[in-house]
Amino acid sequence: MDLFEYQGKQFFNQFGMPISDGEVAFTVQEAVSAAERLGTPVMVKAQVHSGGRGKAGGVKFAATVDDVQEHATNILGLDINGHIVHRLWIEKASDISEEYYASFTLDRSAKKHLGMLSAEGGVEIETVAVENPDAISKIHVDPAVGLTREAAQVWVDGANLNPVAVEGAVDIVMKLYTAYVEGDADLVEINPLILTPDNRVHVLDAKVTLDANSVFRHPDYAEFDETQPRDEREEAAHDKGLQYVGLEGSVGVIANGAGLAMSTVDVINQVGGKPANFLDIGGGANADVMAGALEVINNDPEVESIFINIFGGITRGEEVANGIIEALNRVDIDAPIVIRLDGTNAEEGRAILEPALNDKLMMEPTMLDAARKAVALAKGADA
Amino acid sequence: MSIFVDSDTKVIYQGLTGSQGRYYGLLNREYGTQVVGGTNPKKAGEDVDGIPVFANCADAVEATGATASCIFIPAAGVYSAVMDAAQGGIKFIVCITEGVPAHDEAKFYNELKAQHPDVQMLGPNCPGIITPGQCNIGITAGHIAKPGGPVGIVSRSGTLTYQALYELQQKDIGVTTCVGIGGDPVPGTSFIDCLAAFEADPATKAVMMIGEIGGSAEEEAADYIKNHMTKPVSSYIAGVTAPPGKKMGHAGAIVSGGKGTADAKMEALRDAGVKVGLNPTEAGELMAEIVASM
Repeated sequence: MDLFEYQGKQFFNQFGMPISDGEVAFTVQEAVSAAERLGTPVMVKAQVHSGGRGKAGGVKFAATVDDVQEHATNILGLDINGHIVHRLWIEKASDISEEYYASFTLDRSAKKHLGMLSAEGGVEIETVAVENPDAISKIHVDPAVGLTREAAQVWVDGANLNPVAVEGAVDIVMKLYTAYVEGDADLVEINPLILTPDNRVHVLDAKVTLDANSVFRHPDYAEFDETQPRDEREEAAHDKGLQYVGLEGSVGVIANGAGLAMSTVDVINQVGGKPANFLDIGGGANADVMAGALEVINNDPEVESIFINIFGGITRGEEVANGIIEALNRVDIDAPIVIRLDGTNAEEGRAILEPALNDKLMMEPTMLDAARKAVALAKGADA
Repeated sequence: MSIFVDSDTKVIYQGLTGSQGRYYGLLNREYGTQVVGGTNPKKAGEDVDGIPVFANCADAVEATGATASCIFIPAAGVYSAVMDAAQGGIKFIVCITEGVPAHDEAKFYNELKAQHPDVQMLGPNCPGIITPGQCNIGITAGHIAKPGGPVGIVSRSGTLTYQALYELQQKDIGVTTCVGIGGDPVPGTSFIDCLAAFEADPATKAVMMIGEIGGSAEEEAADYIKNHMTKPVSSYIAGVTAPPGKKMGHAGAIVSGGKGTADAKMEALRDAGVKVGLNPTEAGELMAEIVASM
């Protein structure tokens, strides 16, 4: 789960990290009122789940309340890399002497946490990593041991920050690690972490991704789930508890298992089609789940054909077939469906489907054949 | 021959008294796996269809001589279950549970390495392991696997593991052992662990490896194959056409900034001499060609 900047800052602040005063605003009027309360100058910052906000004109300095009015009007509704701005963060402007970078994430190769700190903040860290890798001070933290203050000190010393910033930086990275671990984050990133003219080290931006698997011990994360960017189709699938990712093609995909669903998307592309989605209905493939999946796909106006790709493992072919038949009785489907059913008792399952077949419900023996058929049907519908 | 488990492996089911644990525990026993016990601190002394239930793994190991365990405990309890198994003397822990927080995985992975270096963990979020005809631990449908050999399978994805077993069975090709390592960020057993074990196993003559987008495990495996493996390998990587930045179901299956793409992985594997198929069927056909040429 990706947090908005302001949610990330509030998350950091719970762990004692210094952030600027600010308020969320959904309208121009709210932005103006917030600025009046905070006192100008302020920053007007678009809150979207996307990088490149500054370049897109989504982050502006406002010296006066009139400036706030102007910038808020321009930024609300702005499209930043496909994300429409619906909310702003109005924050007290800070004086900046230097800009640093600090983050923690999991290094999957090393199977340890990786901390990165650089005196070259304020820009894309990927760029720094390529152009000047020595400018990034790294530390691997063993999750079984944790980050000690001594280790953090050595790590911070290696980043060549301004000497007056070192003590404050050590304090912040210790808190950042605590937030990362106790908050079950996949990523915590501060860019920029700033040094102010009066020598304070301060959090000026926040990028936080939380592990959705940890919600059972963080019930308060439900509010972040509600603000995840999802299109209408993804929202409907999410409500049904389905693993769904919206894509831009015309062949609807239903498969059991994430790997098989990805593979189905691949095969459709390979035979010249465009998948409309990725949808994993999990192992069971019962009528309820199948009906829910068909409803979500049926509501996608771009879908011209549907490919149901099921591999029966523990769940037998006849159970899958009965589930499909029952689901089709419940949902009125517009697009033609191509089924590929293989695995355990596939023969028995196919025998159950056989009598129901017609020009809207077809069956093919292999994944490739079924993909070709579904793609041909989708293209036929285009013509 | 086989890797990691065989007909002598005695297995404890942690969470045997739950609905999933009971269902798969009994199914695995029916397949021929030596399911010698279960654990549940509140139900010690009871039994599940004749399988004795113990308070913890230490008691179960003492009473049965089990060396392996299979975890069907909800995600919130997995960390404790793993440590209970390791402290109780289990040497091979298979964790089927999905949805385990990444921080828990990173923690028990490193704690096992430091405190129990002789313990091997498989998973979490994996289908388990099967040595066809001998031992099936987890949720794989045993009858889709042909016993014998000469092929070993290692896979990051559940359903594609079944698909691979099935493709080979359809071609009348046997499997020594099939290991599902799972798609989570910190898998206890890596591709390389399995490749090394298959390389050392005399019955395994070739290996089929199924990967996914995201992370760098396939690239690391390619490097290992290039430098350490003499046996031929065929491979398939799911997610060739996945759009960057989209998370495709598995915690592991996400591509960002050109890293971990299927293209990069396939390139690394081809460079290591691996036969790479563009879909599971093609990978199966490539393996059939390898076996036919032996």
